[in-house]
Amino acid sequence: MITIITSIGNSLDSAFDLRFGRARFFCVYNESTKDIQFIENLYKNTNGSIGANAVEKMIELGAKKIISGDFGPRAKELLGKVDIQLVILPNENKTIQDIINMIKY
Amino acid sequence: MPRRRRLRRVVAPPGFKGYKPYGCQNRGNNKIELLYEEYEAIKLTDYDLLNHNQACVLMGVSRPTFARIYESARRKIASALVETKEIVTVYGNAYLEKHWFVCSSCHARFTIPKTMQEHQCPLCKSGNIKSVSKM
Repeated sequence: MITIITSIGNSLDSAFDLRFGRARFFCVYNESTKDIQFIENLYKNTNGSIGANAVEKMIELGAKKIISGDFGPRAKELLGKVDIQLVILPNENKTIQDIINMIKY
Repeated sequence: MPRRRRLRRVVAPPGFKGYKPYGCQNRGNNKIELLYEEYEAIKLTDYDLLNHNQACVLMGVSRPTFARIYESARRKIASALVETKEIVTVYGNAYLEKHWFVCSSCHARFTIPKTMQEHQCPLCKSGNIKSVSKM
């Protein structure tokens, strides 16, 4: 199962990004192979339909679960339709490593 | 302690608050409370014509439980018709699709899409979750 975590940087010690559409990086974590990848969000600076573009990217990556700080109304609606689980974390200065450790066990 | 009641998934709430009989004499003010999940069970079996196996998957309960919900729904409607009682819909043990949950241990908020079977927090895997009505 593939989980996406929004991230500020492209390493495991970077903090997790509270925004979904405008997140700088997406951390792609594959739960079966334990493989971790960072993908830059190419749409972060475009104007308009950022949510929809990000959602498209998520579907392309085959995500089943997305962990972020918040989702826009558009993204929420679209992701609800394609049966992707959304997780909103409270801001507690967690790093990507902390979150991956949490979902591992 | 009894086993906890699983929340039943309801795709869409009923489009009415209740039904009232008319043209009857000595109408008492008795009411029958039809739960959302019972309405959903009637809708899935008798309107969408699904069998109990398909319907129970949609509602996220086992087939025997689905049969019990369906039976209770039928009996309530029958008794309302025969005894000329009013039917009102109440929320019951249901959650609506696109509904949000909050985990009591790690305070994460999350959704449970209909393809998912587990009913637990995606982060800390605790079953101690509550539903939040609107987000």
